[in-house]
Amino acid sequence: MKKTLITLTTTVALGAMAAHAEEVRVYNWSDYIDEDLLGKFEEETGIKLIYDVFDSNEVLETKMLAGGSGYDVVVPSGTFLQRQITAGAFQKLDMAQLSNKGNMWDAIEARTAKYDPDNAYSINYMWGTTGIGVNVGKVQEALGADAPIDSLALVFDPANMEKLADCGVHLLDAPAEIIPAALAYIGEDPDSHDKDVIAKVEPILTAVRPYIQKFHSSEYINALANGDICVAIGWSGDILQARDRAAEAENGVEIAYSAPSEGALMWFDQMAIPVDAPNPEAAHKFLNFIMDAQNMADASNYVYYANGNLASQPLLEEDVIGDPAIYPNDETIKNLYTTTPYPQKVQRVVTRMWTKIKSGT
Amino acid sequence: MRRFALIAVPYLWLLALFLVPFVIVLKISLSDSALAIPPYLPTLDLKAGWSGITEFFSQLDFENFVWLTEDDLYWKAYLSSLKIALVSTVLTLAVGFPIAYGMARAPQHWRATLLLLVILPFWTSFLIRVYSWMGILSQEGYLNQFLMGIGLINEPLIILNTNVAVYIGIVYTYLPFMILPIYSALEKLDESLLEAAEDLGCSRMSAFWLVTVPLSKQGIIAGSFLVFIPTLGEFVIPSLLGGSKTLMIGKILWEEFFSNRDWPVASAVAVILLLILVIPIILFQRNEQKQREAEG
Repeated sequence: MKKTLITLTTTVALGAMAAHAEEVRVYNWSDYIDEDLLGKFEEETGIKLIYDVFDSNEVLETKMLAGGSGYDVVVPSGTFLQRQITAGAFQKLDMAQLSNKGNMWDAIEARTAKYDPDNAYSINYMWGTTGIGVNVGKVQEALGADAPIDSLALVFDPANMEKLADCGVHLLDAPAEIIPAALAYIGEDPDSHDKDVIAKVEPILTAVRPYIQKFHSSEYINALANGDICVAIGWSGDILQARDRAAEAENGVEIAYSAPSEGALMWFDQMAIPVDAPNPEAAHKFLNFIMDAQNMADASNYVYYANGNLASQPLLEEDVIGDPAIYPNDETIKNLYTTTPYPQKVQRVVTRMWTKIKSGT
Repeated sequence: MRRFALIAVPYLWLLALFLVPFVIVLKISLSDSALAIPPYLPTLDLKAGWSGITEFFSQLDFENFVWLTEDDLYWKAYLSSLKIALVSTVLTLAVGFPIAYGMARAPQHWRATLLLLVILPFWTSFLIRVYSWMGILSQEGYLNQFLMGIGLINEPLIILNTNVAVYIGIVYTYLPFMILPIYSALEKLDESLLEAAEDLGCSRMSAFWLVTVPLSKQGIIAGSFLVFIPTLGEFVIPSLLGGSKTLMIGKILWEEFFSNRDWPVASAVAVILLLILVIPIILFQRNEQKQREAEG
């Protein structure tokens, strides 16, 4: 969340463009695209692309609900998308302008229809799971060679956490991700909206709270890669990016990602066009550009997230399409669950509990 | 007429930059949150004419303020903010006074340079300066490397993400606001008064407490308010340098606004914060006025 304060503004300027050039403003997650694609879009369409980034759904949602964000394309996750559609924040896509729509993967569209019926408002950009990233060496040093690195017990069992505290544990600062995981750990329905069921999470998290160094939603990529921390609950692709950064740095850090055996949250980041987008036509062009098989493959090859584009799959590199941490096999997919947004009253209880867990008040 | 214009300008300023935003926030604080754009109800429908306006006012209520009294989180956060602001003000005074004193005592031709040195950090963005502190205070940061390098400590100190880091950040950031008013008070100090005190048998120490401090009182008060008031609502420093245990009202506001999407409750928190701030602001104004009268 802290990063939101200095939301890095990457403006890709194109010298050749006329001063009154057409513009399209895209607001996407940080570390979430191959930046070469931004230049390619400008070259192909002659539209100036202004690309800003955020690292929390809450920040995006506040901008959407305030209205007049000035963005043409934004990328909320499924549950947030659903709520924002209800609030009237998005416009229906004009399928006639999206010639690449046929590239999309029906298996994913069937799942995203839960948030966006008929996929009328959004296209899938990337999807992934929320799971456990570990520094294999350090965790085995702390817990022995048979450390449960694919189990939520690693972070929710105080006995394990006590030993891990010294090498550093980060959790996402996102109650909508951590609470379902804790519910899965105790065998409850991760998508429960029942306040009494959700309340069962509090003692579990409070018990391990003293051993958690930080709740943060983007710092763990670098922290894992540098060896500053040894365990993070985070998003699959982010942890895989950490794995690759560590491998490139040859610093002896080996990072592994696993979707927890108790079940892992499957999430979808969807591209949508705000109802008051200044340039919806250019926004459609951007969406169509992203749905191009080669472009989508380039993006996935770069960020290590699976995408919802079936046509891009033959173009994916083997370490992406062949990695079950990115494209889960049929076995793992059975173990994945999805969640739906909390109603306002439950949301308040959840936030309050989250504050209490984090601050002790 | 000229007199009228002179008064009108500052009042217009207040009206546009303070009163209007405040009324908007107050209005939202009396509304109910809703899943819509904007995310609260009711919104004023001027097209419906008078009935639209009465309809609008009939829907406003103080429910959100009642809510704030029902959960101990809010008053704990207000109290914790007050405590952090008070401690920071005292610390800043303790660091700032000797600096201001040294500057005022320095030879005349040095003072301009020293003054420039105090102001110089403002040329760098506040955010970047706070970020630099993260690099200094972190576990693998410069401070720990230095202390371990000279063998003073064996284990790195955990400073970042604690209240200590928040105090360091606040004292560093607001120090010039403390130094400048004290310096300007001390600079005007008539040195013959100190000589007189010493002639009359005062030790240097007691002359300091009996003459210098009382005569710089206005500067101390002004500096303290300039530090205390913004620190109370501080958000950036605690969220960058503090840990999740640092409870401040600025963070609660953020959570109400972003995590709960509850603009009305967030606005109610802001209105209360403002009411708490009104007291020190009035005291500050009084102090300024007294000073002006004394000089006038």
